[in-house]
Amino acid sequence: MSGMATFGEWLASGLIVLGAGFALIGSWGLVRLPSLMERLHGPTKASTLGLGALLAGSIIWFQLVKGEWTTHEVLVSLFLFVTAPISANMIAKAHLHRLRQGAVPGPAGTPAAPSESSDWATYEAPHAGTPGCFVEEERDGFAARRDSM
Amino acid sequence: MSGAVLTYALGFGFAALGLALALNLWRLIKGPGPEDRILALDTMVINAIGIIVLGGIAGGDGSNFEAALLLALVGFVGTVAFSKFLLRGDIIE
Repeated sequence: MSGMATFGEWLASGLIVLGAGFALIGSWGLVRLPSLMERLHGPTKASTLGLGALLAGSIIWFQLVKGEWTTHEVLVSLFLFVTAPISANMIAKAHLHRLRQGAVPGPAGTPAAPSESSDWATYEAPHAGTPGCFVEEERDGFAARRDSM
Repeated sequence: MSGAVLTYALGFGFAALGLALALNLWRLIKGPGPEDRILALDTMVINAIGIIVLGGIAGGDGSNFEAALLLALVGFVGTVAFSKFLLRGDIIE
């Protein structure tokens, strides 16, 4: 039995070190990589692999201490695995939107606008008079489209 | 029960996550655009959840996971709200 405990302790410790290492590497990537699209890589790996390993280590540790399998960790990791790609996608969309507005300089210049028939949410003009609407032509385009409706 | 191996692993984990939080803070302060700052805040929430999980292991009680789950929820909603504000100039239309 003590052999089992030692093996479980090693396993939990290894998972904790792995997870914390991934979180550190992800944050290092957030600091080091040159552009936002590249910077998105690091933290997404940290949230899936890093926290996944930490939570698996926690499950094993509580099984060793209390002798029962806990499900809170599964809930947390499931929620994180579902939401991490969504938030990364939202940040990338916001970045693309600002690139198209010319608010930030892109590495390859301002991207081309999508076609007129495109219904891609990021390129619908922001509401007039709201802070997102600071490009003059876009405001006019929105007014024209609203009037034609 | 808490052996030497786990103590060292927890020490390493706390140190690594603390350093990661410091790096995120640097990006939060420096970040050239608001989307960089959103990303830095999102990563800070992830690392804070990691610290809460490690604290739960070190403390030995399972009461920390509600806090971790709540932080994950609020962090996600916050990130989406910030991004939505940049995208649409409005959070709830």
